[in-house]
Amino acid sequence: MTTAPTPVPAPASAAHGGGGHPGSASPSTPAATAAAAKAPRPGKRRGPRGRAWLAALPLLLFFVIGFGLPAVAIAIGAFTTSTDAPDGGGTFTTDNLTGSLQGAYFTALWGSVKLSLLTALIATVVGLPLAQAVATSRFRVFREAVLSASGVLANFGGVPLAFMFVATLGNAGEVTKQFGLTSHGWSLYTFSGLSVVYLYFLVPLMVITITPALEGLRVQWREAAYNNGATVVQYWRHVALPVLAPSLLGGFVLLFGASFAAYATAEAMVGSSVPLISMQIGDALSGNVLVGQGNLALALGLDMIVVACLVMAVYLPLQRRSAKWLA
Amino acid sequence: MARLINRIRFGRGVVLLICAVYFAIPLASSVIFSTDDHKGGTTFRAYTDLLDAPGFMDSLVLSLELAGVTVAVLLLLLVPAMLAARLGAPKLGPVIEVMCSMPLVVPVVALTTGIIGVLRWGPDYLRDTPFFQTIVAIQDPKFPVVLVIAYVLMALPFAYRALDAGLRGVDVVTLVEAARNCGAGWMRAVFTVVLPNLRSGLLNAAVLTVALVLGEFTTASILGFAPFSVWINSNGKSDGQMSVAVSMLSLLIVWLVLLLMSAVGRGRKAARS
Repeated sequence: MTTAPTPVPAPASAAHGGGGHPGSASPSTPAATAAAAKAPRPGKRRGPRGRAWLAALPLLLFFVIGFGLPAVAIAIGAFTTSTDAPDGGGTFTTDNLTGSLQGAYFTALWGSVKLSLLTALIATVVGLPLAQAVATSRFRVFREAVLSASGVLANFGGVPLAFMFVATLGNAGEVTKQFGLTSHGWSLYTFSGLSVVYLYFLVPLMVITITPALEGLRVQWREAAYNNGATVVQYWRHVALPVLAPSLLGGFVLLFGASFAAYATAEAMVGSSVPLISMQIGDALSGNVLVGQGNLALALGLDMIVVACLVMAVYLPLQRRSAKWLA
Repeated sequence: MARLINRIRFGRGVVLLICAVYFAIPLASSVIFSTDDHKGGTTFRAYTDLLDAPGFMDSLVLSLELAGVTVAVLLLLLVPAMLAARLGAPKLGPVIEVMCSMPLVVPVVALTTGIIGVLRWGPDYLRDTPFFQTIVAIQDPKFPVVLVIAYVLMALPFAYRALDAGLRGVDVVTLVEAARNCGAGWMRAVFTVVLPNLRSGLLNAAVLTVALVLGEFTTASILGFAPFSVWINSNGKSDGQMSVAVSMLSLLIVWLVLLLMSAVGRGRKAARS
């Protein structure tokens, strides 16, 4: 039904001339499609196509200014000396980059990657069954309530989230006091504590991301599988998961990005006791570096971008393959 | 078959229960924590003091304004581009997708670093050009346009995904084809046929953006503006209970905004059918 992406634009452009109805003129439609396929650029097509590019122009312009300029600023700044350097700044150097990959900065980068991978993986594994349980629920009100709650919680990062968990699992938190968790070695201000907090917005984010895809799973596919004697596991293994794979991967990357970039929660909660790259950048931006190393923050930003790019480079070919399989 | 369905329902119940516990406990603890008067009773001091706190309304209004403008700009930029990619220029599709995924690659802290870099060009190199005035104007503390730019960029991936999911569920090409066969112009086809079918996608994109803007802290605090989240942080540091109370309140505010938006969406749907 949603297949055949290539022939569809051809009738659309043919219909531009106000031609026949596809239903009533069925014998002529295949011929028209074939003709349109043979001559991919008939004169009439230029009009809407030209306007179509125009409609995307504002977005392109905005992107070049809003995203391109800061990117250029990072690229230039990371490889030049800062303005407070002895030589007046602006000369080419790789000291910023090498400095940003050593010692405490490297530990922070590795810590961020570890935390993001772990939390994104857990959130994907937990979010999928949750989203499925919600999407297939019989109660419409319940479904909408959970989805709107997910919408709120998914972006409920930052300072409020930190405060909330301090009140819950912090040293004086209600749950900590109730169960005496401190004596069991629990501390919120550690790697695992931070993971628990991050999951609070990552799982809902996964639920929102994956729900449209889950709603795209036809009930008929499930019924057909069960009627043919498939078990629940077999249905998921051979039908649902392959169909969902691109959306799941997309969601995972989204979660990794969200976790990797998170700044406010960690800053407000653990300070610098868990080394994370985003907090090192915040420190560097607020002048907490040696004189003449002001551009180190830009180099650290570049490091972050490179890591995220690597993830994308793994994800995009996989996703393209899955999308091809789906079509 | 019945046994299978029962097993599925049981599994669903277990999953929902575990998640409900995980998501409810911090909320409940925060409510208890913020209303505890340390003598075994409850007090709403943290909440009542809060409403009188200086700067509360100003920062909240600023955040809501920023959210509104960001949603408007984002949808005005993104929807025409995505429809164009589906209808007239299929080659545009991958370009837009890559473009909308790129802000995801650049973490907010790094983006902020870049923005600071650009803003510094103003006094450094552009002092005698009209660009300098522009750079000053977009940093007006009353309404920092630079934050809108940053927020639109940050929301692009999420809004794109929401809209893309909506577009996947609707065969836009066939819809427009049908509308145009019935004699509708391009504009009419888009506004009366395509957009109403995209309602849920548009609403999702708007909801995600509003929530993102109301909760955003990093860029605003590093650039030195004071929307709601920054105010929460600065005001909350001094009082543990109040900081938690503010957190609960901000959650409530985001929730109310979202409820309002979905109510509007549902009202339109009911009015139409």
